[in-house]
Amino acid sequence: MSKKADVVVIGGGVHGCSIAYHLAKKGYKKIVLLEKSYLASSGTGRSAAGIRHQFGTEINIRLSATSVKMMENLAQELDYPRGIDLMQGGYMMLAYTESQLEQFKTNAALQNSLMNAGTRILTVDEILKIVPTLNTEGVVGASFNEKDGHVDPFHVTQAYADAAARLGVEIMTRTEAVDIRVAGGRVTGVVINSGEVIETPVVVNAAGPYGALIGKMVGLDIPLYPERHQILVTEPLEMFLPCMVISFTHGTYFKQTPHGSLLLGVGDPEHEVKDFNEESTWQFLEDVARKITYHMPVLKKVRVVRQWAGLYDMTPDSQAILGKTGVEGFYLDVGWSGHGLQLGPVVGKIMAQVISGEEPDIDISVMNLERFKTGALIPEPACV
Amino acid sequence: MPDRTIVCRCEDLSLEEIRELIDQGFKSIDEIKRISRCGMGPCQGRGCRQIVAQEIAAATGKKLDEIEMPKFRPPVKPVKLGILLGGEKEDE
Ligand SMILES: Cc1cc2nc3c(=O)[nH]c(=O)nc-3n(C[C@H](O)[C@H](O)[C@H](O)COP(=O)(O)OP(=O)(O)OC[C@H]3O[C@@H](n4cnc5c(N)ncnc54)[C@H](O)[C@@H]3O)c2cc1C
Repeated sequence: MSKKADVVVIGGGVHGCSIAYHLAKKGYKKIVLLEKSYLASSGTGRSAAGIRHQFGTEINIRLSATSVKMMENLAQELDYPRGIDLMQGGYMMLAYTESQLEQFKTNAALQNSLMNAGTRILTVDEILKIVPTLNTEGVVGASFNEKDGHVDPFHVTQAYADAAARLGVEIMTRTEAVDIRVAGGRVTGVVINSGEVIETPVVVNAAGPYGALIGKMVGLDIPLYPERHQILVTEPLEMFLPCMVISFTHGTYFKQTPHGSLLLGVGDPEHEVKDFNEESTWQFLEDVARKITYHMPVLKKVRVVRQWAGLYDMTPDSQAILGKTGVEGFYLDVGWSGHGLQLGPVVGKIMAQVISGEEPDIDISVMNLERFKTGALIPEPACV
Repeated sequence: MPDRTIVCRCEDLSLEEIRELIDQGFKSIDEIKRISRCGMGPCQGRGCRQIVAQEIAAATGKKLDEIEMPKFRPPVKPVKLGILLGGEKEDE
């Protein structure tokens, strides 16, 4: 048995759903989205739900500022009654050395000149006005943007999926792409786990941490690997922390969600497993307890209620791989490491433009797959 | 307001709301949890998980033991960060 589609999108995270919606909006009639589990079940649903302007490369600054703007209006645009829980209280990035502070100043200047982002550099006194309970020992300043913040990953994804479905996209959950057919250097179809073949001239790989496996199906070697990251959640508290606080020095970040609970994260790329393991560990609990109570001693009395783990989809420069490939009709939107949730809206739109042969709103050519051969890596200094 | 049968006390979700979500296609405990926060509160689903599982079973015609349970994620009981450090006392 076989059926036909104009486009098959593999992956029901925020990127896949956004791409499907934007393609449907362009008038593509027969779009199928495949998700092996349920929507937002992988990276998207396991993220820290943060959105920010504060990046250090032109490409990420343009993408993220545009995406934040799209988020501000997303629930209305997509006519999504549950809302996406957008909260803009800022991101505060702590600097512990003068050279780190210099880097933040350079980043802020670029953000403000390219996108009028409104990023400011704070003194320690200004930091304490925003977060009085922060331990500022060793802190020399911070970068702050008050329009950074939080969105609910499930709702953003569901909002795109519902809007896409209304435009006729067929969303097949619990359906896995198991092979891709290629003939004469171009894609011709996708085989799903039932054995059925969906004939299609276009396949989009938005499979997140599983993206390299999808690449293999067309004979492409994508330098993409999973890396576990973990998060811990506390009981809900009265609102007291308006912004996300990040320290690249400690690999730590923490914030309070609109619901009141605190979300605490520590990145530990040196020790974390690099496979498809999504189990939480006790060691992480202790590590977070130590590091976060150092930043905020008052949190010692707060109770942890839950913990989870998710996979970053890592590339050699921790930046995404986007666009066309050497296989005709096979497109990539993978490799977002720890910052891809917020970019779902803008990248979905751009991917739809690229697939339909239009000039994209933002030039994404630096994110090509070839850069790992040519060495033209993307030097993003602001990633956790 | 009409009587509501509360399923999830922590997040104030009623049986009707849960049934509506199942109706809309959220057919596993994890999906319902993520869209509605059911089971994400301080009790971590101890109160509601079983009821939601029964509702899914009833709606999908599956047996109760075929319904996938959410993953166990430590800690089992809420614990203070300070205790994890070894410094705090539980009843302070
Ligand atoms: C702990 C943690 C914290 C994070 N914090 C943030 C943050 O604060 N802000 C931010 O912007 N980003 C954050 N991220 C990163 C963000 O979650 C990801 O970059 C983003 O969600 C990627 O979305 P995606 O749609 O590309 O991939 P995913 O959400 O991973 O979706 C890929 C989907 O493809 C499906 N799939 C895979 N293989 C197949 C197949 N063969 N057939 C069918 N389906 C398949 C998977 O089941 C999955 O649902 C964080 C990530 C983690 C793990």
